[in-house]
This record gives sequence, C-alpha cells and structure tokens, in this order.
Amino acid sequence: MFSGFMVNTWTVATIVAVIAGVVGFFVVLRGSAFPAHAIPKGAFAGAAGASLLGINTLIGLGVFSLLAALGIGRLGRRGRSDVVTALALVLMLALGAAFLSRSSQYEPEIYSLLFGEILGVSTTEVVPVAVLGLVCLAAVIALYRPLMLSSVVPEVAEAKGIRSHRMQMIFLVVVAAATTVTVPVVGALLMFSLMIGPAAAARALSSRPAVAMVLSVVIALATVWGAIALSYHSNWPAGFFVGAFGAVCYGLGRGCAALRRRGAGQQSPAIAAATS
Amino acid sequence: MGAVFEPGFFTSGPVHVAIAIGTVVAVVSAVTGVFTVMRGQSFAGHALTDVATAGGSGAFLIGMSPLLGFVGLSAVGAGVLEMIGVQRARGRDLATGLVLGVAIGLAALFLYLDTTATATTGATQQILFGSIFTTQASTIPIVVAFSAVALAAIAIAYRPLLLSTVSTDIAAARGASVRAAGLLFMLALSVSVGLSSLAIGTVLSTALLIGPPAAALRLVTGVGRALVVACLIGVGATWLGVLLAYDSYYWGSSHQALPVSFFIVAIVFAAYLLSGVRARARTGQSQAAARGRAATQGQAATPGRAATHSHATG
Repeated sequence: MFSGFMVNTWTVATIVAVIAGVVGFFVVLRGSAFPAHAIPKGAFAGAAGASLLGINTLIGLGVFSLLAALGIGRLGRRGRSDVVTALALVLMLALGAAFLSRSSQYEPEIYSLLFGEILGVSTTEVVPVAVLGLVCLAAVIALYRPLMLSSVVPEVAEAKGIRSHRMQMIFLVVVAAATTVTVPVVGALLMFSLMIGPAAAARALSSRPAVAMVLSVVIALATVWGAIALSYHSNWPAGFFVGAFGAVCYGLGRGCAALRRRGAGQQSPAIAAATS
Repeated sequence: MGAVFEPGFFTSGPVHVAIAIGTVVAVVSAVTGVFTVMRGQSFAGHALTDVATAGGSGAFLIGMSPLLGFVGLSAVGAGVLEMIGVQRARGRDLATGLVLGVAIGLAALFLYLDTTATATTGATQQILFGSIFTTQASTIPIVVAFSAVALAAIAIAYRPLLLSTVSTDIAAARGASVRAAGLLFMLALSVSVGLSSLAIGTVLSTALLIGPPAAALRLVTGVGRALVVACLIGVGATWLGVLLAYDSYYWGSSHQALPVSFFIVAIVFAAYLLSGVRARARTGQSQAAARGRAATQGQAATPGRAATHSHATG
C-alpha cells in the first residue's frame, strides 16, 4: 500500500487535504457552500476544453475556475448571488458538454475528471500541485485577519475599511486556486465534499477559530487517508468514502457538540446561531 | 424557411419526442422554479440534481428505468433536506452541502460500478448531460403523469406557500401550515428536478429551474405574471435549443451535432442577462417617477408597489 506509485498518491492527497481543510473552514464560516461547489464543478469544463485543444489540463482548469470566481463575484453584486452562482455553473457545464461532444474523450476520462483519480497520480503532477498549494496557503495566511473579520463580523470589517464585496471576490479567487490544484486529483465533485464535511465538523466541535481551523485540517487528512486506504483494499472509488466520511464526521461533530452543550448548560445564543 | 429549419426537422421522430418532453419539463421547471428562486433555494434545487444523478446511476445499475431512479432518490433527498432544518439560510446551505456530498459519493460509486460491473458504456455521459434526442416515445406518458403530480402539489400549496415565501412569521400567525406547504413544495421540486434531469441531464437541469424564473422575476412584478413569463421563456428556450441542436448537424463540414443542453443553457443565460438590462432601465424609470411624485405630492413611492418591486428584483 505504501510502495512505488502509491507514494505520489499519499503526498498529493496530503497536500490536497491541507488546502481543502483550510479553505473549507472559511467556506463554511462565510456560508458560501454554493460557490465552493460551483467553481470546481464549472472548472471541469475547462479541463474538457483543454483536452480538446491538446493543452495542459491544469491551464484549462485554472482559466475556467478563475473566470467562474470573477463572474460569480461580479454578477453577484447586482443579482441574487445564489441565482447567479447557479447560472454561472450551468453555463460553464454547458460549454463543457459542447467541448466533450467535439472531442473524442472517452468515458473513463470524464469520470476521472468528475470523481478524481487519486490512485493514479504521476510524479510530474506532484510538483505543480505542491507549488499551487503553497501559493494558496500563503494567500490564506496573508489574508487571515481581514478574511476572518469580514466573515464573522462584516459590519466591523466595513467600518475598518474592508470592503465585503472585494473580500468575497478575493476569497472566490482563492477557492479557484485551490480548485485548480485539487480537481485533477480528487475530482471536481469531491473537492466540494472534502471542503464542507471536515470544516463543518470542526465548526461544530470548537467555536474558537484557530482551533477549528486546525481541527478542520486534521479531519480532512484523516478523511483522505482513510478513503485511500479503504479504496486501495476494496477497489471501490475513493470518492465514495470521502463523501461518506464527510457526512459521518459532521454527524459525530454535531453529536459531540450537543452532548457538551447539555453538560455545560446554555450556550450563548450568538454562538448557537452561528454554529447551527 | 429552409435556412432556418434544416431538412427533416418536422418529420423526425426524435425531434417530436424531444419537443413534447422538453415543453412539459420546461413548464414544470418554470412553475417550481419561480418559488425556488423566491424562497432562495437555488442551491437546494441544484443539489437535488446531484442527488438525482446518484438515483439515475443506481437505477441504471439494477436495470430499472432511470426516470424512476431520478425522481425516487431526489424525492428522498428533498425529504431529508426538509427534515434537517431549513429555516435559517446559513444552516440550510451547510445542510444542503452535506446532503450533496453524500449524494456525490454515492454517484461516484454507482457510476463506477455501472462502467465496470456492467458492460454498458456511455452511462456517465448520458446521465450527466442528458438524452433528450434518445428518449423513447413511450416515456412521454410517465413524464406527463409526474408533471401533473408536481403541478398539483404546487396548486394545493399555492396560498400558504406564497405566504410563507414572503414571511414565515406572518404565515404561521395566520395559521397556515408552513411545514406542510414546505414539504409539498419540496416534493414538487424533487419531481421537477427528476424530470428535467431526464430531459437535459442532471448537470444542466438547474438551468431550466433557475434561469427562466430568475429572468421573469426581474422582468415583471407579481407572482402570477412571473409564472406566465417564466413558462414562456422556458418553453421558448427549449424549442429554440432543440431547433439549433438539430441544425448544428449541418453547420460546417464535420457533421457533428452540438448538444441540445448547450443551446438551451446559452439561451437561458442570455435571457437572464437581457432581463437585467431591462430591469435596470425600469428601476431607473420608477425611481425617476418616484422622484417626480415625491416632488409634486411630497411623499415617496407607494409602499405596496415598492415592496413587491424590491421583492421581485431582489
């Protein structure tokens, strides 16, 4: 299980889990689950387009996820953001369908883009993933304070001169970068599960931001490692385990939180509202 | 005529079926979609398409009709969504996301087993991107029956649904059963999503559900009128999409048709953008009118009108 080609898998999966844990924490905190779902899924079209043109998939993913982030951020200012997100998503997917109909892509390739191919990572894929992953983490660290402020107390952030629209735009770009890193490995759809499940569980377990963020990364790592191990032994797709683990983690997190609340008496209403 | 309708368009069997199913699906999606957009449940509507993907691929696996899988599992998903708290928008997004995550996991498993355990190919492509041109004529009655169920559910819940959409508190105070109305609506939503998954694919069914209603709500005020306009846009986009997809076979020399879903989504998106231009022009007009009125009568725009307006344009 740890021999030869599997080394790449473990390395890349670890990078992906760390990014998903960190970025996912902010996704859950800001309540932007829908854009976080739409950007990776829409980026899938970019991969299809890139393979039609015969260029590197990573470029196609990057361009499309960036376009999605900017489009959702820009149009979301005027219209309803959930409507705009949905429409941007379907537009990109429609483009993807058109690209696919033109190319001679065959089934397994579409499948691996959507659901990932975590057991077949080549050495050349590791370096770009690591570099982009570091960029992503650096961006989150640099933006940590303003991002946290505008997520938790948007009014205070506005008063301090942090424009919430601009922050949302920047955050969506970070999500886009994370997407570009992770989609070739875990797939467009599972990137989302990996961002939401662990982060939601971490939020339920701790109301302190720093602790919750570390927990989120730890749970994401456990999820990915567990999924790979089970997938290796059962031959079932890793994505299934990632999705299932995410939900189980969240359920356990909520259960623990409920137990603790009963033990500690009443929680303050503000925290209760934020975590529920 | 010949330039617009390529040879054989009116005599082709698949085109007849596509137009029939497309029309029914577009109407049901538009009606459910108006409420989906007003209630801010676009994400739930979209998530149900992914739940439907899992259902469709599961049905494929055990040799059932995909339609039953689509509708069945998305109804279950809708029930779960309604159950695990949907009152606050933030918690709802998270709950939706988690249901979505599980559904994606299941879809990954089923599609994997579809492609490995059975010898069939094309399952992923067909389930995700739809098969309006390859649908059998025999499914039309089933589609019509399910549509009737969805429309009936909306009709029964219309009044309380409308009330609870505007304000949950008022609806509860008036004794309207908010919970029952919400549940009926989710049932209608799941049926409609299952249907459009069949027609234009699970991935793209969101377009018909959200696009035409969102455009309609920006174009006109009042729910009744929005329903009519949404239906018109939806049906129009579907017909035009089918026509263009059919024609696209004759474009260029490669003789490769582009997918129907691509055209439908492109038209729907264009309609949404255009509706924004029109809504902005109208907002400008009404603001100018309000200023005029305020100048002459010393008061702002009529509250009722302003309220419905801001609600519709959101």
